[in-house]
Amino acid sequence: MESNPTDPIHQFNIYHLVPINVGGLDLSFTNASLFMVLTAIIGGGFLYLTTAKRDLVPSRMQSMSEMFYEFTASMLRDSAGSGGMQFFPFVFTLFCFLLVGNLIGIVPYFFTITAQIIVTFALAILVILTVVIYGFRKNGFAFLKLFVPTGVPGPLLIMVVPIEIISFVSRPISLSIRLFGNMLAGHITLKVFAGFVFSLGALGALGVGAAVLPLIMAVALTGLELLVAALQAYVFAVLTCLYLNDALHPSH
Amino acid sequence: MEAEAAKFIGAGIACLGMGGAAIGLGHIFGNYLAGALRNPSAADGQFGRLIFGFAITEALGIFSLLIALLLLFAV
Repeated sequence: MESNPTDPIHQFNIYHLVPINVGGLDLSFTNASLFMVLTAIIGGGFLYLTTAKRDLVPSRMQSMSEMFYEFTASMLRDSAGSGGMQFFPFVFTLFCFLLVGNLIGIVPYFFTITAQIIVTFALAILVILTVVIYGFRKNGFAFLKLFVPTGVPGPLLIMVVPIEIISFVSRPISLSIRLFGNMLAGHITLKVFAGFVFSLGALGALGVGAAVLPLIMAVALTGLELLVAALQAYVFAVLTCLYLNDALHPSH
Repeated sequence: MEAEAAKFIGAGIACLGMGGAAIGLGHIFGNYLAGALRNPSAADGQFGRLIFGFAITEALGIFSLLIALLLLFAV
């Protein structure tokens, strides 16, 4: 079955723009890479250009960047305490990259970088490995107290500890799949409604009139997609802050 | 039963999981509204937690939709 360019999955295909083959390893510059570079340029560029003048009384653009900074700083400080602020560059970069990446994907014909499971999984594994490695370095084996909730009687512990371990191991999985699933589902739904507009419109004059309905739905869905894009980036960042808190203060 | 038919039936069954997510979401927002009607001044302070709880619960519905989409398009 050859790939039909109008089916809802075609938008997630990856094309090699600049084929680069290093000793059998495929390091090509793909359309995904292009949009990640675009995300970095737009996100970093916006933050840099708006704060370059460093006015004491900020202009409108500068205060947007400052509000974004303050929002993430207070989110991290509330979750992880003042000891967590050492992770602020990491959390801020993550939040900014995901937010800009998700929003860029809404533009028609643009590629959504977070609709690839490997991208979200790489970021989630990065977060969890940071938590585990920093947790062991800072607390030693006391980090394992995370799996032993306080106030649990002895015999119950035998059941509770494996459950706690499983729920910890499921964190990178749920973190990555949450973002991936939301982006994938949103974009597929949008494509499906766009397909309805097209197939109804092909039915003649009456069809074109009826095609307004899926078009209105597609507009409403785009609005919902904007909300979900921002929300999922926020949720990823908040969960990162909470997991970092577990590394800094491992207790239940 | 052919594999194609089984895929479509599986995708349909997988969508039932979203019912649970819908009930959970209604629970969260209903409780928030009930609390907000009792204590309106404290409602805005908890809005961030409401949105966070919504996103976490919605994720499980999305997981179920993901299984359905995987069955339809990727298996």
